[in-house]
Amino acid sequence: MLIKKPADIRSSEITPRETYLNRRKFMKDAAVAGAALAASSILPAEAATGDSPAGRQLQFRKSDLSTQGEELTPLKDITTYNNFYEFGTDKDEPAKNAHTLPTIPWTVAIEGEVKKERLYDVESILKMHPSLEERIYRLRCVEAWSMVIPWVGIPLASVIKAVEPTSKAKYVAFQTLHDPQQMPGQRRAVLRWPYVEGLRMDEAMHPLTILAVGLYGETLMNQNGAPIRLVIPWKYGYKSIKSIVRIRFVEKQPPTSWNIAAPDEYGFYSNVNPEVDHPRWSQARERRIGEFLKRKTLLFNGYADQVARLYTGMDLRKYS
Amino acid sequence: MPMTRKTIAVVKSIIWVACLAPLFRLVWKGLAGRLGANPIEFITLSTGTWTLVCLLTTLAITPLRRLTGQSWLIRLRRLVGLFAFFYGTLHFITYIWLDKFFDVPDMIKDVMKRPFITAGFLAFLLLIPLAATSTAGAIRWMGGRKWQLLHRLIYISGVSAVVHFWWKVKADVREPAIYAAVLAVLLGIRLVFRIHAKLSRPGPPANRRRA
Repeated sequence: MLIKKPADIRSSEITPRETYLNRRKFMKDAAVAGAALAASSILPAEAATGDSPAGRQLQFRKSDLSTQGEELTPLKDITTYNNFYEFGTDKDEPAKNAHTLPTIPWTVAIEGEVKKERLYDVESILKMHPSLEERIYRLRCVEAWSMVIPWVGIPLASVIKAVEPTSKAKYVAFQTLHDPQQMPGQRRAVLRWPYVEGLRMDEAMHPLTILAVGLYGETLMNQNGAPIRLVIPWKYGYKSIKSIVRIRFVEKQPPTSWNIAAPDEYGFYSNVNPEVDHPRWSQARERRIGEFLKRKTLLFNGYADQVARLYTGMDLRKYS
Repeated sequence: MPMTRKTIAVVKSIIWVACLAPLFRLVWKGLAGRLGANPIEFITLSTGTWTLVCLLTTLAITPLRRLTGQSWLIRLRRLVGLFAFFYGTLHFITYIWLDKFFDVPDMIKDVMKRPFITAGFLAFLLLIPLAATSTAGAIRWMGGRKWQLLHRLIYISGVSAVVHFWWKVKADVREPAIYAAVLAVLLGIRLVFRIHAKLSRPGPPANRRRA
C-alpha cells in the first residue's frame, strides 16, 4: 500500500489566482511608471553616484543644422584618438586614463554677469532646451587632422537665454574641472591648469555652437569630454573645451589656455583658416582621419556661410 | 677582453635584429591595422624616434669605448650609424610622400619657413655624406684625418635632430628633453676627453709653468 505523503505546500499557501493576476498588473503598472520617470529625465537615470555613465543611449531628434554629405568618422577613432591633456599628452592616453573620472554627480557653476547665478546639474542645463539634438559637424584640429562627429547636445544659446546674462556680459568664459587626483595629466604643468576657454557673446549665441553630452547617440565617453563639453565647429578643436565645471559671463575678453601657453601660435579667435598658417606648420591642408590623401582645409571649416558675418570688418590674420 | 671575429659577428647579428625590430613592428602593426586612427602620423613619429635613438647610440659608442677600454666596440659604430641613416631616410620619405605627396614647391616653402622642418631637414642632409663615406675604401681614399673631420658632422646632425623634435611638440617637452639630456651628456663627455687630452699631452711646457 502506498502511503500518500502530505503536500509540501499547503493549499492555503498557494496564491489565489486573483491575487496573482493583480501582482502582474502591479508590475506592469510599475514598469509604465518607471518608463515615464525615465522619459522625464534626459540623461540615463540608472547611473549611480561616483559612476561615469558613458556610452548609454540618449533620446534625441535630428537637426537641420547638421552637416550633410560627409562620411562619419568611426566611433573607435573618435574615442581612441584624443587631445585631452588632462589625461596625458599622447593621443591614446585619454582613452586609457580617463575612464576613472566620476561624472556623477556633476555640477556646472553659471556665474558672473548673469541673473540666474547658481550651480546647475547637467540635467537641469539640458532642460533649458526642448530636446536633445543630433548635430553632425566637422572637427578640425589645429594639428591639421579632422573628423566628422555626430554630436548630441543642445544649443548653447538656449542655456544663455535661460540664465539671463546682464547687459555687461560681452564674453563667456569656460573652465574644465581641475582635479589632479582624477586627472593625472594635471600633475605636470604642461599647460596652466585648469584649462580655460572663451567666446565672444555673439559666437556663444550662434546656433551652431552647442553644449554636447553625447556622440553617436550615446552619452560621451570621458576621453571625449564627459559629461558636458562645448562644440564650436568653425574653430580649431582646442576651443571646444571639455568636462566643463564653470561658465562665467564677463565684460572683458577672458584668457584662454593655448593662448597663455604660446601667444604667438594660438589666438583668442582660433577660427579655422587655410590662409593663416600656424607658425610651425601649414594649415592649408588637413588629413581626414581614415583617409590617405590630404584634403584642402576650408575657411571657417566649411561653415563660412553661417558664421562669416560674425567677423565682417575684422582682419582674420590679425585676429587669428 | 679580446673579441674574436666570431663574437663580433654574433654581436653584429644582434644589433641587426634589434635595429630592424622597430621596422618589423611598424609593418606588422600596419598589416594588422593597428597603427591607430592616424597611421601616417604614427609612422612619422616612429621612424623619427628610431632615427634619434640610433643617432644617439652611435654617438655613445666612442665614449663607451674610451671609458671601458673595449676597443672592439668601435667596430659596431658604422652599423648603428647606418641604421640611423636608414630610419632617417624612412622618416624623410614619409614626409615627402605621405605628408607632402611630392609637392616640391610646398616642401621648399616648408623648409624655408618652418624652423622645425629646417632643423630636421638639416639633420638628415648632414647624414648623407656620412653614409656615403662609410666604407673602408672611402676612409682610405679620403685619408683618416679628413674622414674624421667630415664625420664630426654627426654632432651637428644630432643637435639639429633634437632641436627638430623639441620645436615640433606643442607643449609637452618631456620626451625631447630626455633626448636633449642624453645628447648633452654624450657631447659633454667628448669635451672632457678633449680638455683632459690637452692637459696631459706632453709637449712644450705651458706658460704658467715657466712663470
